[in-house]
Amino acid sequence: MKNDDGAGKAITLHAGVIAVLVALNFVLPDYHHGVMARVLVLAVYAMGYNLLFGYAGLLSLGHAMFFAAGLYGAGLTMYHLNWGVPSAFIAGLVAGVLLSLVIGVLALRTKGVAFMIVTMMFAQVAYLLVYYFGTWTRGDEGLVIQQQARAIEFGATRLDLTDPTTRYMAALLLFSVVLVITLIVVRSSFGRVLVAIRENEERTKMLGYDTFANKLAAMVASGAICAAAGAAYVILFGYVGSTLASVQYSILPLLWVLLGGAATTLGPLVGTVLMYYLIDGSSDLLKAYLPGWNVSYLGIVGVALILLVLFFPKGLLGTVRDRFARWLP
Amino acid sequence: MAFGPHLLLATLEGLVTAAVLALTALGLSLVFGVMRVVNVAHGEFFMLGAVLAWAVASAFGGHPAVGFVAALVVAPLIVGALALVADLLVLKRLNYNPEATIVATIGLLYIIQQAALSFYGPEARPVEAPFSYRVLLPWFGYSGYKLAVIGASILLLLATWFVLARTRIGMVMRATQYDSETAQAFGIPVDRVYAGVFAVGAMLAAVAAVLIVPTSQAHYLMGRDPLLLSFIVVIIGGLGSLRGTVVAALLIGVSDGIISVFFSPTLAKIIATLAVAMVLVFRPQGLFGTAAR
Repeated sequence: MKNDDGAGKAITLHAGVIAVLVALNFVLPDYHHGVMARVLVLAVYAMGYNLLFGYAGLLSLGHAMFFAAGLYGAGLTMYHLNWGVPSAFIAGLVAGVLLSLVIGVLALRTKGVAFMIVTMMFAQVAYLLVYYFGTWTRGDEGLVIQQQARAIEFGATRLDLTDPTTRYMAALLLFSVVLVITLIVVRSSFGRVLVAIRENEERTKMLGYDTFANKLAAMVASGAICAAAGAAYVILFGYVGSTLASVQYSILPLLWVLLGGAATTLGPLVGTVLMYYLIDGSSDLLKAYLPGWNVSYLGIVGVALILLVLFFPKGLLGTVRDRFARWLP
Repeated sequence: MAFGPHLLLATLEGLVTAAVLALTALGLSLVFGVMRVVNVAHGEFFMLGAVLAWAVASAFGGHPAVGFVAALVVAPLIVGALALVADLLVLKRLNYNPEATIVATIGLLYIIQQAALSFYGPEARPVEAPFSYRVLLPWFGYSGYKLAVIGASILLLLATWFVLARTRIGMVMRATQYDSETAQAFGIPVDRVYAGVFAVGAMLAAVAAVLIVPTSQAHYLMGRDPLLLSFIVVIIGGLGSLRGTVVAALLIGVSDGIISVFFSPTLAKIIATLAVAMVLVFRPQGLFGTAAR
């Protein structure tokens, strides 16, 4: 899938995408500005998912637990212990790394369908734990982080993360860092070993690679990125609740990645943007044309999943790569 | 109430849960065993059974038993027909690829929920039991209908066992399960067996739902718990093993009844789910199943 003359084009493309996103900050109307900040954080979540699903070929149905580890790791420390933004973010990240390490060691003993079910079960346990410790988490009602807590202080300067521009830029910074990390990882020898495992695990093992260690590393990297997205979500938007840990949030990154194109670096962003606007835009249309039908995200997500898996298994950028641009990373 | 009668009540409630669970899980197990498809939408077939039972029962006036019996016949047939359509339009086109079918059945799950929300609405509605006889025990009265549910479930399980073990249809199904390519080579219409198994699996869930809905209510999100519990039962019992499924349903149903009465239901669910994940990690063939071929 790689030829090295693509490196220059790939770097230009990614720099271009980030430049466009920076420019959007100045031209987007208020509503879409807020939406895009949220979409960028969710795209980070999708990129973390893509690392494991797209590149290593491990389909997890429980990634909401890693997202939730970041959410609650950062949210609970901010709410109950009054931690600052940087330390809360690190707490979320550490929670995600530890959780993905433990889950990885256990779940990677299984393969294929069993792996999907095991990850789903572990995520369900995590979801139920949120309710069990309802005294601290307040279950589905959730916690709201006060506005004055969501700021970073560098000596005398104070960055208020609730300000729309600062928030957008913070989300974009995280997105860019993760995008660059993903690009480096997938072009590295580690990334190629992951693809080799996806294509033929037995043969990769035969070639002398420790496939378990590589898969575990992919799991932890993926868990860390998803937890970073979760921690950023609670810091930037100030809310943490059990809905964000539910099965739905395990399915959504799968949908975004499938739509944008699995195993493409920019696919998660494309998929998240399109799906977010599809659900957002169609809900108004459907309410206008089918009043009283209660059409919610349920039907749209369901139809999208089936259509994608039936007719479009490679997603948008995967198809673009196959047809037009072999160099696309 | 003293401890003894309390325990008896919890056990009876557990047995009712187990009876319904065994039927639902058997459907899931059958589909996985024969087709190697993990049907995530299985809980929604259960939900559809309950919702259709309400629709059919409320269409019939007169004695509640009339509507109920009609629902018991009509609801599973409609659900089975829908499953056939889903198999034909989606699963068959994916060549029953295990991972693609999971994603597709997740999509199906959302679509069925959406359909129920659109046509049935967000309310929970009751279905009247066909009879309201109470069995008087020395310590408390117990719903005769719930005991009938246990009986009906045992009959249905025996019937399924008979079909699988003693008839030609069962033999064809077992041959397909054992080795679908060889079965095809011997002239077994594997495609039709798959479609039939998928429909029967959905119908088992629907029958279970019709049986239990008079003791609870029909609601468009009611498929979640049966799905999770069926997964637990099927995994502990060993994927594709009928006897294991029934034993595991008894184990989970009764212990769920007892733990929920004496401890917190959330804790019971956490422990059960965690235990099952561990079973799947360390003993993938289940506690009662044999190793996969």
